[in-house]
Amino acid sequence: MSETKKMLYINRNAPYGTIYALEGLEVVLIGAAFEQDVSMAFIGDGVYQILKGQDTSDSDMKNFSPTYNALGDYEVTKLYVEQESLDERGLTVDDLMPLVYEDEDDDWAEKPSIVVLSRTELAGVMAGQDVLFNF
Amino acid sequence: MKFSLMVNEGPYNHQASDTAYNFAKAVLEGGHEIFRVFFYHDGVNNGTRLTTPPQDDRNIVERWSAMAAEHEVDLVICVAAAQRRGIADEDESRRNGKDADNIAPGFRISGLGQLIEAGIQSDRLVEFGD
Repeated sequence: MSETKKMLYINRNAPYGTIYALEGLEVVLIGAAFEQDVSMAFIGDGVYQILKGQDTSDSDMKNFSPTYNALGDYEVTKLYVEQESLDERGLTVDDLMPLVYEDEDDDWAEKPSIVVLSRTELAGVMAGQDVLFNF
Repeated sequence: MKFSLMVNEGPYNHQASDTAYNFAKAVLEGGHEIFRVFFYHDGVNNGTRLTTPPQDDRNIVERWSAMAAEHEVDLVICVAAAQRRGIADEDESRRNGKDADNIAPGFRISGLGQLIEAGIQSDRLVEFGD
């Protein structure tokens, strides 16, 4: 498969109320092996997926938030977060995990993966994709 | 045009599977191709042959199986999602030490790579669910 497509994984759900976030992340990790042009978007309650300091000890659910730290190693380096979704939930980018990747084109310098975009900007990103996966 | 479908919800509980089936039917009737139907999340429950709906209702699972038989549509159930929800073929059942399998005819169990491949190979990947 030589063809490269632009794929955006859109995360719309909170991490633990349903399984969509966890199983969505599994798709991203498997998909990384296919060397496509991949990015992720976090909109609506999806922004809670990458919230700092998640603690699931009272709910008996697996806290899978550390897995997001591995995305950079899987070369998933573009994580778009919608500004309005943060605003509507009283969050700022400082409430999110400081996710980073090492830029191989810049002497492996550590760079932030999270890019905050407005709803309008994100719509433009979506319009430029070949494949959208919704979770 | 080459389509792939992704079904994310279980049968009867949610309309996604019905809509996906009707969409698939329309795709085939329109002379287009279906590269794959991929069942994920609770969508894997579309692939158990133990489903026994009331006789006056549609049989969603058998409908998919019939489509696979008639049009050679590739119905793929995600292995990781299936393991969580107790959907198994003979191999999976044996591998996991279970006493039964339940996969319906025409379905096969495989990995998430099949979904990514469907996205790459198809002109359109259409998702059905919430």
